[in-house]
Amino acid sequence: MNAYVTIKALTRVFDVSKPWLNRILERRGKALLTAVSNVDFQIEERTTYALVGESGSGKSTIGRMLVGLLDPSEGDVQVDGVNLATEADAAKVAKVRSHIQMIFQDPYASLNPRWRVRDIIAEPVASKGGETEGLAERLLEQVGLHPSDAGKFPHEFSGGQRQRICIARALASEPRLIVCDEPTSALDVSVQAQVLNLMSDLKEELGLTYLLITHDLTVVRHMADRIGVLYLGRLVEEADPQSLFDAPKHPYTQMLLDAAPRMDGFGREVPPPQGEIPDPIDPPSGCAFHPRCPIAEDICRQERPEMKALGKGRVACHLAR
Amino acid sequence: MSDAQMTTRAKDKSRWERFRESDFFYAFKRSPIALVSFTVVCILVLSAVFAPLIAPTNPFDPASLNLMNGFTAPMEPNAFTQETFLMGTDDQGRDVFSTILYGMRISLFVGVSAVLFAMVLGIILGLIAGYFGGWAETIIMRFADVQLTFPSILVAMLIFGIAKGFTPVEYRDQMAIWVLILAIGLSDWVQFARVVRGATLVEKSKDYVAAARLIGRSPWAIMIKHILPNALSPVLVIATISLALAIIAEATLSFLGVGAPPTQPSLGTLIRIGQGFLFSGEWWILFFPACTLLALALSVNLLGDWLRDALNPRLR
Repeated sequence: MNAYVTIKALTRVFDVSKPWLNRILERRGKALLTAVSNVDFQIEERTTYALVGESGSGKSTIGRMLVGLLDPSEGDVQVDGVNLATEADAAKVAKVRSHIQMIFQDPYASLNPRWRVRDIIAEPVASKGGETEGLAERLLEQVGLHPSDAGKFPHEFSGGQRQRICIARALASEPRLIVCDEPTSALDVSVQAQVLNLMSDLKEELGLTYLLITHDLTVVRHMADRIGVLYLGRLVEEADPQSLFDAPKHPYTQMLLDAAPRMDGFGREVPPPQGEIPDPIDPPSGCAFHPRCPIAEDICRQERPEMKALGKGRVACHLAR
Repeated sequence: MSDAQMTTRAKDKSRWERFRESDFFYAFKRSPIALVSFTVVCILVLSAVFAPLIAPTNPFDPASLNLMNGFTAPMEPNAFTQETFLMGTDDQGRDVFSTILYGMRISLFVGVSAVLFAMVLGIILGLIAGYFGGWAETIIMRFADVQLTFPSILVAMLIFGIAKGFTPVEYRDQMAIWVLILAIGLSDWVQFARVVRGATLVEKSKDYVAAARLIGRSPWAIMIKHILPNALSPVLVIATISLALAIIAEATLSFLGVGAPPTQPSLGTLIRIGQGFLFSGEWWILFFPACTLLALALSVNLLGDWLRDALNPRLR
């Protein structure tokens, strides 16, 4: 197995300062928000890597940097051996980019309401001057819609059907990697399973690699081959689903799993997670999780823990054994 | 039934069929104001376009004029020639009805061209400001803000004056119409740019734009093919209301004597000529062009108002 995607020391800082005039009048400096801080991971070919974390943990930012919608502030994104940030050969980058596609969270905003489904699905190919005859019809059938739907407009479809159209569009350029940014969180529970099953089937059929971004742990358990847990833009733990769900090493992962509802947990009393996710403009010193951590010690307040191998996974915690 | 099967029934429909079944067409049929103002606009536009076929005389052809016909009252035979005129004649014996038809042509041509010019300019600048942001946005929108602090008629007069200064004297009368279009258009682009910028800001944050960006479409392709179609309905409303304002602006400039020259009289020029005779009893020279301008501007305006309500789902 070789790594299809390698992400090294990836960092993204957003400038969220007020306009310069306000800054001068209010005597404030620039405000910098670190959405993603020093994240490393690899995705093996034909596997699903899941990124989980609360809102604001930087999951989507990583996905957007991987597909090229955002530029990394620091660090590298390597796909198929090509470093997308530094590679000088534009043709090489374009070729790799054409193998990366994305499925978005909100199927109501990710299809242009003025375009027919046929044109939406064929756009990735048509814009490169490719042959699009019958393409949309074929892909619609592949994602479980009817070929005659190609002549309709997005508003004639339900949320689940729209997400299928989004998947069809993502498949049009024959991608190898699809970044799925919360693909099911806007859908009804009954439709979620259909879409996830479709995604699994397509992965087997076409040999796809997925980066699955989600906050839904049941989805992760169902889909992922490997899971990365994010907290405040930092990767805190990475493992395969089995070991992560059975024996979480990082106190944050433990808290996350405890907070998730369980089928066998009828009548179970769980103390809700303590505290809030801190302000990413002014993150805590040392380990970002220490203000909420039940076992934090002095070293956690002073030193940022490195990712280290532990058991079958990796964890960033001074105290994890 | 799976969600796939539920959409197999409906067939592709033609544009016209979809229009006939749309809420928009239904609302149009149910609104008396829309129907009446649309009919009035159609009649006026058609009679302006086909003026040479409808008008009894060509007021621009000196050979067809008879000075003896001067100051004939409407529907009364002339004392010398015994000819009758529907709306009377002016001091030079020109048939007022014919001059109105030809004048409306010029008014509408100037109005429509000026709005189209303002629309194209406003859309381009608004898209650039909204999509790229940064210093391009700052320059465009601050310039727009400054221009808004001047009354638009003043801006138009200023541009008209400057442009006229650069035109050689012998071409001034020919160029007057084009200069007028330029002046009114330049005084009117701001509201298009503002609306398009606002709509662009909303649309560009949506994921379908991200989807287009990640397959490597150029900013221009995204602006023209993705964002613009979704920003057009408010532009259409503003264009209709602007048309009424542009026609009035043209009439105002011509009335002030800085617009259409007497050799190519627009409705405003006719009103200016007519107001000289108002107190000497020849009321028809002023009255009929003024009524035509009123009917034209009012019906276009009402149509624009209705369009705004019909296209704004929040008011339903």
